[in-house]
Amino acid sequence: MNIEEIIEKANAILVEEFEVDIDTISPEANLRDTLSLDSLDYVDLVVSIESISGVKLGEEDFKDIVTFEDFYIVLHKKVLAKSEG
Amino acid sequence: MEGFIHNINNRVVITGMGIHSCIGTSLEEVSDSLMNGKSGIILEEERKTFGYQSGLTGSVPMPNLKKDLSRRERISMGEESYYAYASAMQALKQANIDPSFREDREVGIIYGNDSTAKSVKEAMDIMREKNDTALIGSGSIFRSMNSTITMNLSTILKLRGINYTISGACASGSHSIGQAYILIKQGLQDCIICGGAQETNMFAFSSFDGLGVFAPDNQDPTKACRPFDKNRNGLVPSGGGATLILESLDSALSRGANIIAEVVGYGFSSNGGHISTPNIDGPSMAMKRAIFQSNISLNEIKYVNAHATSTPVGDGNEAQAIASIFGGEHPFVSSTKSMTGHECWMAGASEVIYSILMMHNGFIAPNINFETPDEQTKKINLVTKTKKESFDVFLSNSFGFGGTNSALVIKKYV
Repeated sequence: MNIEEIIEKANAILVEEFEVDIDTISPEANLRDTLSLDSLDYVDLVVSIESISGVKLGEEDFKDIVTFEDFYIVLHKKVLAKSEG
Repeated sequence: MEGFIHNINNRVVITGMGIHSCIGTSLEEVSDSLMNGKSGIILEEERKTFGYQSGLTGSVPMPNLKKDLSRRERISMGEESYYAYASAMQALKQANIDPSFREDREVGIIYGNDSTAKSVKEAMDIMREKNDTALIGSGSIFRSMNSTITMNLSTILKLRGINYTISGACASGSHSIGQAYILIKQGLQDCIICGGAQETNMFAFSSFDGLGVFAPDNQDPTKACRPFDKNRNGLVPSGGGATLILESLDSALSRGANIIAEVVGYGFSSNGGHISTPNIDGPSMAMKRAIFQSNISLNEIKYVNAHATSTPVGDGNEAQAIASIFGGEHPFVSSTKSMTGHECWMAGASEVIYSILMMHNGFIAPNINFETPDEQTKKINLVTKTKKESFDVFLSNSFGFGGTNSALVIKKYV
């Protein structure tokens, strides 16, 4: 998956899982605030992303994520690392 | 100490009721179904494909709660919690208990539930596929615990009183009313949400079907469940949610609540015998205790809502127990399970609601599909066609696996 495909798939699953309007998601928007994530919701975020990418995000991965753009970049890196084996 | 209640012999009244069942999803619809002897039983072919011996089931619609509850709230709720919530909101509305009341007063919850089969199954499906607990999702634990209903409703409704689930098999709903009654009577609480809910999906009843005790589906689904009939040949699984608001009389009067009925007796017992085969002495003891506590004479109890599920031994034993206790009084008897099927964990609560609807509307719902009595069932005064009858007191029986028994005496409030 290239980054455009990752963004498209991630946005679709986040809209479905967290029941937010697609218009609220933008690269510069705050991920936690936009999706109203509490500590339990991060578990569901990991499940959702695994279902579209096969990649499992860990606690460490979220340390540097503030915006959706940060999120896409981290996810892209993990997808590339997985595909390179 | 401020906030503690000292009155220890409160009268306990019902100020709200809600129902979500296979014979209706409002008190009005259910009352009409009871009056007309309407069955809620269908044949679900999917069950046969899945491997059930009988595909008969109560047909209960799934409430759509998307507009009422947030994603975070819904994700922790399985089917039984959906049913419980739907009925609880009706009951709270009827009781005129709004969020500000729940904020000002200490409202509790005691609810009957004894399975979360679908939620457990779904979690284990993920584990088998992914072998990773981190991929089960955050709602699973809260959907899978037996206390799922009380943990969800107490959170959503922001309750601060007593809070636990009763798992007493098919007497769970009845015991929940009984336990709430005791706590309010003793002055430990003055308002408790109680009831019972039962999931209806095909995962919930597969092991029960495996015992071969469900009515065969080679017959008209609406005629399959025939409690007390000589040719009864098994129960029909069903479910939904039934909620009652129990309150001390003082509390109800002080806020001008509409008082629906009064709980006057709760009896319980354990058979001390077989895990699934009922006896006569255990249920008899529960009924005697409830009647004794009510301080009401036998001839005042005009109606008995029987537990009878349409099984050969259970119905026969209950008929003998009722006949023995009431002697020459012959109260009217019917099993509403003939229309609803066996609502299991919910039944003890729903059947109190069904009986109150009858008491308020001056009729006794029929034990449909009854044609011929046997040696035991000919001893009771069975109502087989809707009977116009005014009555002020009834007894409601609920018995369950493991020999748990519960009986409640409910009286018109005067």
